[in-house]
Amino acid sequence: MTLTDTTPAPPAARTRSARKRLVPYWLLLPGVLWLLVFFALPMVYQASTSVQTGTLEQGFRVTWHVATYWEALAEYWPQFVRSLVYAGTATFLCLLLGYPLAYLIAFRAGRWRNLLLVLVVAPFFTSFLIRTLAWKTILADGGALVGALDALHVLDVTNWLGWTQGDRVLATPMAVVCGLTYNFLPFMILPLYTSLERIDGRLHEAAKDLYASPATTFRKVTFPLSMPGVVSGTLLTFIPASGDYVNAELLGSTDTKMVGNVIQSQFLRVLDYPTAAALSFILMAVVLLMVTVYIRRAGTEDLV
Amino acid sequence: MRRLRKNLVVIAGLLTLAYMLLPNVVVMLFSFNRPAGRFNYSWREFSTDAWRDPCGVADLCGSLALSLQIAAWATLGATALGTMIAFALARYRFRARGAINSLIFLPMAMPEVVMAASLLTLFLNMGVQLGFWTILIAHIMFCLSFVVTAVKARVMSMDPRLEEAARDLYAGPVQTFLRVTLPIAAPGIAAGALLAFALSFDDFIITNFNAGSTVTFPMFVWGSAQRGTPVQINVIGTAMFVIAVLVVVAGQVAAGRRKRTDVS
Repeated sequence: MTLTDTTPAPPAARTRSARKRLVPYWLLLPGVLWLLVFFALPMVYQASTSVQTGTLEQGFRVTWHVATYWEALAEYWPQFVRSLVYAGTATFLCLLLGYPLAYLIAFRAGRWRNLLLVLVVAPFFTSFLIRTLAWKTILADGGALVGALDALHVLDVTNWLGWTQGDRVLATPMAVVCGLTYNFLPFMILPLYTSLERIDGRLHEAAKDLYASPATTFRKVTFPLSMPGVVSGTLLTFIPASGDYVNAELLGSTDTKMVGNVIQSQFLRVLDYPTAAALSFILMAVVLLMVTVYIRRAGTEDLV
Repeated sequence: MRRLRKNLVVIAGLLTLAYMLLPNVVVMLFSFNRPAGRFNYSWREFSTDAWRDPCGVADLCGSLALSLQIAAWATLGATALGTMIAFALARYRFRARGAINSLIFLPMAMPEVVMAASLLTLFLNMGVQLGFWTILIAHIMFCLSFVVTAVKARVMSMDPRLEEAARDLYAGPVQTFLRVTLPIAAPGIAAGALLAFALSFDDFIITNFNAGSTVTFPMFVWGSAQRGTPVQINVIGTAMFVIAVLVVVAGQVAAGRRKRTDVS
């Protein structure tokens, strides 16, 4: 634009301002190029792989075989539904368990606040696979926890609901959901804490002065104001949980396989790339759709 | 009863915290176990064997070194590229801004397995040999967005008048950047780098797809869940935990002391 500008300016200044205008593009170039080549381009390759046919020996070729999508869905819809149900349940449990802790740290912790925050992040310092394996010990058959649940007749209820089988917790849906909830809890607590911590304490006093009971104050003041944290917390929990296959593999059984397990085994063991790519594409579409609808409904567009 | 009701939220919160910390306690405890079989899942007897010989299992410490190496390079790459993007987004107006914001946001809103699978299709189609470099490429890719978010927040909250003041005092653009802008942005960059390091070091899902036969530490743990879990895994998990907690506590104490001396 500057070069075609009609206002006379010394040539040195002109090239200088043109160069200045290019600064943001130079700053963006390497990183954006990296994301385009290793994030966006692979999506194109994945889409192309999903409509290929062929065998591993003869190679795969694009034949626009869209039926792969229907075949994949027809065969693996149980794992799909299971992923969404498990991830949804885990997200709900994270909110239920995480909210009191975030609230405690934000309003009641006093000088213990920093210590509690460190303790929330502390589990990350040990590799999450090692910690997930520890649940195998905690939920072990005949272990203390399972024995206690059995004695309290909790297992009778969960058996009736189909979450556990007999006197086992390991290798049941309950173990997988418990692992998912455990693994993603910090991702719920931190955004909740951030939005709770921003709430002006005087609002609570005002509600109290207007004769609101603690429950009403929470329902009408605290919870609505913490909505941004609830929204980003649920997203940060649900998205990774829906694609997770670690918990289902380590804590579950063949009856608790999620869509991530299918994609992983199709890609790395069966080597049926088209089916795996189609499944991964569907998962991406479903998650993006749910996220978009959710963000619209919750009315917080500016998450980043 | 009244007191109980008043403190219900404290009790519930602490119970959640216990749930979150229980596995770490188990990991620590079982680093002193002498298991009967190949798997370290049930307690048999106290022993410090694994602590005295943490590298006693084949490939374990090699995989740990590899993970640290990859995490270091991925942190360097992602922090450099991410900081540049963050400055561009926070400081300049330019076209395609919305598209670039989406490009940054999408990797964080995508299940890891989708990114992992699609990146693998790229490498397969291009005939790229899987290994160290493909892992590093993948790690820089998914750490980038987190660095951008961390640094951008810091740069946005910066007072632009500080830089104007520097320029009024005849500091050149380079000098202003090095003496004013960079020091103020440093905590954001440090936070982004730390996050990148943690994400890269502990990543399993994306690495599992793009590693080929290269074994990082999480890959080693995954493999051992099938073959038999050596006690040394718990030793390393515990050691990492203890070191990190000590570093954090030391940082807090140092920050507290600095604040106190500032006041006096």
